[in-house]
Amino acid sequence: MGWFKRLKDGIQTATEHKRETPDGLWYNCKKCKHTCTSKELKENLWVCPSCQYHTRIGSNEYFELLFDEGKYNLLFDDLEAYDMLSFVDLKPYIERLESAKKKTNLKDAMQVSIGRVNKKPLIVACMDFTFIGGSMGSVMGEKIALATEYAIKKRVPLMIISKSGGARMMESAYSLMQMAKTSAKLSQLAQAGIPYISFLTDPTTGGVTASFAMLGDINISEPGALIGFAGPRVIKETIKRDLPENFQTSEYVLETGFLDMIVERKDLKETIGDLLNIFDIQPSSRIILSSLRSGSN
Amino acid sequence: MVFLEFEKPLEDLYEQLEKLNEVGEQGGIDVSKMTREIEAKIKDKRKELYSNLTGWQKVQLSRHPERPYTLYYVDKICKKFLELHGDRHFADDKAIVGGLGMIDDQRVVIIGHQKGVNTKLRQYRNFGMANPEGYRKALRLMKLAERFKLPVLSFIDTPGAYPGIEAEERGQAEAIAKNLFEMAQLKVPILCYVIGEGASGGAIGIGLGDKVFMLENTWYSVISPESCSSILWHSWDYKEQAAEALKLTPEHMSEMGLIDGVVEEPLGGAHADPEAMAKTLKSHIKKELTALNKIGVDKRIKMRIDKYRNMGKFTKV
Ligand SMILES: [Zn+2]
Repeated sequence: MGWFKRLKDGIQTATEHKRETPDGLWYNCKKCKHTCTSKELKENLWVCPSCQYHTRIGSNEYFELLFDEGKYNLLFDDLEAYDMLSFVDLKPYIERLESAKKKTNLKDAMQVSIGRVNKKPLIVACMDFTFIGGSMGSVMGEKIALATEYAIKKRVPLMIISKSGGARMMESAYSLMQMAKTSAKLSQLAQAGIPYISFLTDPTTGGVTASFAMLGDINISEPGALIGFAGPRVIKETIKRDLPENFQTSEYVLETGFLDMIVERKDLKETIGDLLNIFDIQPSSRIILSSLRSGSN
Repeated sequence: MVFLEFEKPLEDLYEQLEKLNEVGEQGGIDVSKMTREIEAKIKDKRKELYSNLTGWQKVQLSRHPERPYTLYYVDKICKKFLELHGDRHFADDKAIVGGLGMIDDQRVVIIGHQKGVNTKLRQYRNFGMANPEGYRKALRLMKLAERFKLPVLSFIDTPGAYPGIEAEERGQAEAIAKNLFEMAQLKVPILCYVIGEGASGGAIGIGLGDKVFMLENTWYSVISPESCSSILWHSWDYKEQAAEALKLTPEHMSEMGLIDGVVEEPLGGAHADPEAMAKTLKSHIKKELTALNKIGVDKRIKMRIDKYRNMGKFTKV
């Protein structure tokens, strides 16, 4: 259980509960009201031990959870968002960016890494909801484009973990065009015969769902995630009636035919490992992982 | 005539003109000199108002109830058009139309959002808001175009993809995503025009092309100014500011390098002289298709994907 220990040490949690429950304090489940220590929650992979509610976690947690021995290299980590349109609403975009960077210690809402899952190499591009709601802007689009190019060159499968409210309004049409950019790049990945696994976690909505998140060779979700194109509030306002129970949950989306499976967090690594074994893609060159959580390209 | 808020000075002048004509007729007075003066004033005022439109004013113009929609242009541009229906899976969406056409000697497949021209038809067309079937019908027709080596012409004019329970259940997101994925690799040319509203995923769902142009009084953005105001300003009252902040006009989009150019509209907007607009559009389409047809398939697909590949701005640290 070496990787459990590493999860406990040093890795900062990016869950929505962090501020309310710093380490050693209590986690209060928003679904079942169960109370446990933050340490217990962490040891259960940030899943409520009582009702299995999957709390939101960040890219570092997913990387640790997936990769063998917690070893992986961060890729394309030099990209950073900026305010190209001088966008100001109630708060200038530049200030939103600065405070998000400070709060999360991240440069944007996505990190990309390469590592091994049960000995098979995999590139994982994962969103961070804590960075402006995981919104898709130019940096996310570029990282996905670079990740697909890298996947084609190295002949290594790609997994994208989505957790996003959709496009980043403060980048206006630049963010909209990332839908076209990422989908176009994934069409090249498909032509190269490299598998793409889309993992949809809570929440996956808007332009992210309407582009790469729905384009997986395999579409997988975590239990109880909100998955949709339009948000439930917008739909309710438009149709002026109540929404069905469980509407836009992973379970509902599985039934309507847009997911291959729902996988609990504790089974994620094994499932991905199985998929990689079955696809059995041979990398074009040896993948060398330099060190733990390395930032080299 | 329908006047928009910002056209109030024009409306006043037209009223003056009408009164003057009445007085002239009733009194048997010659008012022709004064009429000419007012008409000259109208012309100047229109030029003045239209030379410096704000983002919000362009949004209003794009939604003008008299503005021509896809089927109007199709009728004017094509010497022959056969509308084709249905996605072959679920239904025929009325908010996206499509079919086979002849523009002079150029055979094409045309797809486009369609809004209704009166209250009843607006309902029938679901206000130009397509369900997944609409996007799937468009894809079916694009695949037909590919099989028979016909270029695709796409007209974009939507306030957004429809946000409904059934739309979600039948995979609105998947339908749009699939179109983007397939349009990227389509072997025939794709030429797109934003002819009205270009709202977000609903617009780009039929809008990935070798060349994308916007008519002068249209908008294209990740979100409508109203929804942007509601989300970022927590109020519906900041749509003008939102429209400015989003830089959604054809001029901005062109400067940002996200579209390939702007097509000029008649003075007063496309609705002021729809025939002239259709004529301009037809010659623009013919010129662009001629150029696109000359490029080899593989090269064209590569150029198309590379164009989108390069969209986006960021810094490196
Ligand atoms: Zn619980």
